[in-house]
Amino acid sequence: MVRDVTLGQFMPGHSLIHKLDARSKILLLIAYIVFIFLSENYFSLALITVASLAVILLTKINFKFYLKSLKVILFVIVFTGILNIFYGSGTVLYEWGFITITEGGINNAIFVIIRIAVLVMISSVLTFTTSPSDLTDAIEKLLKPLSVFHIKVHEIAMMMTIALRFIPVFLEETDKIMNAQKARGADFESGNVFQRIKALIPVLIPLFVSSFRCANDLATAMECRCYNGGNNRTRMKVMKFSLADLFGLMFSLLVFAGVILLNLYLPAVVR
Amino acid sequence: MKNFIEVRNVFFKYGESEESSEEKYVLDGINLNIHKGEFVAAVGHNGSGKSTLAKHFNSIYLPTTGDVYVDGINTKDDERLFDIRKKVGLVLQNPDNQIVAGIVEDDVAFGCENLGIAPREIRERVYNALEAVGMYEYRKHSPEKLSGGQKQRVAIAGIIAMEPECIVLDEPTAMLDPQGRQEVISTVMKLNRELGITVILITHYMEEAVLADRVVMLNSGKIILEGTPKEVFSQVELLKKHRLDVPQATELIYQLRGCGYDLPPTVLNEEECVDALMQILKK
Repeated sequence: MVRDVTLGQFMPGHSLIHKLDARSKILLLIAYIVFIFLSENYFSLALITVASLAVILLTKINFKFYLKSLKVILFVIVFTGILNIFYGSGTVLYEWGFITITEGGINNAIFVIIRIAVLVMISSVLTFTTSPSDLTDAIEKLLKPLSVFHIKVHEIAMMMTIALRFIPVFLEETDKIMNAQKARGADFESGNVFQRIKALIPVLIPLFVSSFRCANDLATAMECRCYNGGNNRTRMKVMKFSLADLFGLMFSLLVFAGVILLNLYLPAVVR
Repeated sequence: MKNFIEVRNVFFKYGESEESSEEKYVLDGINLNIHKGEFVAAVGHNGSGKSTLAKHFNSIYLPTTGDVYVDGINTKDDERLFDIRKKVGLVLQNPDNQIVAGIVEDDVAFGCENLGIAPREIRERVYNALEAVGMYEYRKHSPEKLSGGQKQRVAIAGIIAMEPECIVLDEPTAMLDPQGRQEVISTVMKLNRELGITVILITHYMEEAVLADRVVMLNSGKIILEGTPKEVFSQVELLKKHRLDVPQATELIYQLRGCGYDLPPTVLNEEECVDALMQILKK
């Protein structure tokens, strides 16, 4: 039950998007997110949405996985969508008591829903097509300039690698402990919120203990393999920008230019 | 033959405070020599000190008194710590807790990356190591999708990619199912026989110890018995006194001999057992 989490799961493949350098994927993702929120009318929003869907198609990963990642935050999307209907100005469409629904509010709601949905799906592209180790390597490389300020970039990247590696291990462990406690008569499904949270204590404590044991083992294993904190460390996989990255950059720049032009020449619907 | 590892009069206890001076030594005067290319099995009960001893071979633990030498280097020599760990690799019991990276090949590369080897050579070594343990086709997989035996073989590959001269395996099969155990043990045998890597196998399965060139039996921090599997497992009474198991086949023949049947004194595996029984039945 705890195990079917798709958010942030890598799916190996050979698509064009898989071949992009992780660094360019991260930078382009940030740019896409910025432009999703910069698009101010339906035409620019449509352009960035279609471009994102094209990228999603290019990953050659079944669309249902993207929908699954949407499902996780479905509540957030619906909630912010509904909330936005009541905020806004412009022509009043409906009025009842203190509730007023305006044209601006409807527009706001539609924008917010599409923006969050596209944001989540395009972010999934990064995590679906990039192996965790590539991802952390890329973050390490991108953050390298920060080491000037004595920020331990390698340590941060190593912590992220290990965290990502052990998420499934701990999920499995949690499952096991929960089953073991259930077998002893623990009840996780009934009672109010506080009772349920309290019922989780017998799960959290063994999990905590086993994570310490695990950390101890892992530290020994890393020491055995001569880990000394990233000094003189080389990498098996050398990152380099390829033709695919150039293509991706060109495509994205065209989309971004389109968004800016559409914003400039057509009236803004939302602020 | 040259001694590759020398354990000289090693005593060890956890903690260094004066108050704990009353505490029992976990290792209580161990002397042991291991030759190059040898396959040594160390067996004993829980708490016999066998795992503690394993961690002395590549200076994860340092002796409280006494010395351990690896290829002539004292494990207390801080300057040469990485030389020692390059020569002697250690594989731990829990396969999950010793895999660092989220992809098999990245994990195998981890040790080599720490040694600062050139990228192209790392790739070559990683592929060779994965071939050697029979996990090459899984190189792009993520470890959590593998079985316990496969994970343990990946962990072994991570060590042999560093091209050590000796591998120490600390109960590598304790958490595995019978099939996984078989996979790991035949991999270890292959590394020893074909690549000539010295193997020290810590185990509590006597069936695994039988495969070694030499068996070292530990009990409460002392070596109580040492010799070829035939020599060690012929001392059934002594082993029983220390509440240690013998392989099932050995046990069966021992019991039958006790009933007065004319059988060979030591039998180590099923085949020998079947042969011996056939001899009797034919008469």
